[in-house]
Amino acid sequence: MKVDPGMFLLIMAMGAVTYVPRWLPLFFLSRKRLPFWLQAWLDLIPVAILSALILPELVATGNPRHLDLFRPELIVALPTLLFALKTRSLGGTVILGMALFWLTGKLF
Amino acid sequence: MTEHDREKLLGAIREGVKAAWPICLGYCPIGLAFGVVAQKAGMSPAEIGLMSLLVFAGSSQFIAVSLLSSGAGFLAVVLTTFTVNLRHLLMSSALALHLRRVTTPWITIFAYGVTDESFALNLARFRSSGPGSDWDWRRALVVNHVSNLAWVISTVLGGYGGAFIPRGSFGIDYALVAMLLGLLVFQLRGGLYVLVAVVSGFTAVLLSLVIPGNAHVIIASVIAATIGFFLSRGRGASQRAEPVDES
Repeated sequence: MKVDPGMFLLIMAMGAVTYVPRWLPLFFLSRKRLPFWLQAWLDLIPVAILSALILPELVATGNPRHLDLFRPELIVALPTLLFALKTRSLGGTVILGMALFWLTGKLF
Repeated sequence: MTEHDREKLLGAIREGVKAAWPICLGYCPIGLAFGVVAQKAGMSPAEIGLMSLLVFAGSSQFIAVSLLSSGAGFLAVVLTTFTVNLRHLLMSSALALHLRRVTTPWITIFAYGVTDESFALNLARFRSSGPGSDWDWRRALVVNHVSNLAWVISTVLGGYGGAFIPRGSFGIDYALVAMLLGLLVFQLRGGLYVLVAVVSGFTAVLLSLVIPGNAHVIIASVIAATIGFFLSRGRGASQRAEPVDES
């Protein structure tokens, strides 16, 4: 159970700079009545973030990144997406996605 | 603590854990992988656990470790971590709408657990809560902390010898992607949301091809939400954001 003092300092600093952007909006925005336009804009943020997180993961790979439209990640995403639309079950979607991805790995 | 309070607390824990399991499942392979990588970069299991506990942001931890092993200095690692994790600023802003009347100490604890996954899951739950399912900040807090626990445990285990687990077992590497896909689907509550998702996704792909790192997430989200916002304004009051419940 060894923690190097230099590493400890680095971890603390990383923790601090990660925590502040998580805390600031929660602290300031949760106590104020937000103007309508800001609420309407923030309402669109989750769907935007999720899509921006996922799509590059599915269609781009490598370092530096390049397009690759024939990745198993993308092929499996289509039935998984349809299943989620139909069933609205998060657990089911995860299990199905894993199973299909595993099968795809076996087949190709 | 009265009988009623205890009942409420246990209920929140039960429902929070029930909701969080897909996140935990998704964290396991990534956590193990991080542990292996970090251990190879010279970190002890205690250091790995401490980093997972205090930073709790997967991609930035991977990046930090790879920077460290390539000899980067203190400031470079801290600045990169800050940039990579700046996207949480947007997530916390969106979550704040649902955390009114939560006291400052709880807000301070809650903020610690805001990740891509807990944010998306909690927000979907807050939105669908109504008669029959009442998602509140206590349940959301349980989701945050159960996920954190899964992350800490899996990264430390990885540090002890995750190399023995075969890669790609049971498609578990796909768990997080599938979960985020499911959560994205839950967010599509009308044409405007589909449009924003499409714009954001394509913008993010384009940007990700030209800028390294993950700044594309925050830039694409802001662009797409802003376009969607002005489009909905142009169309008048037909696509209003739902009023936020004060309770």
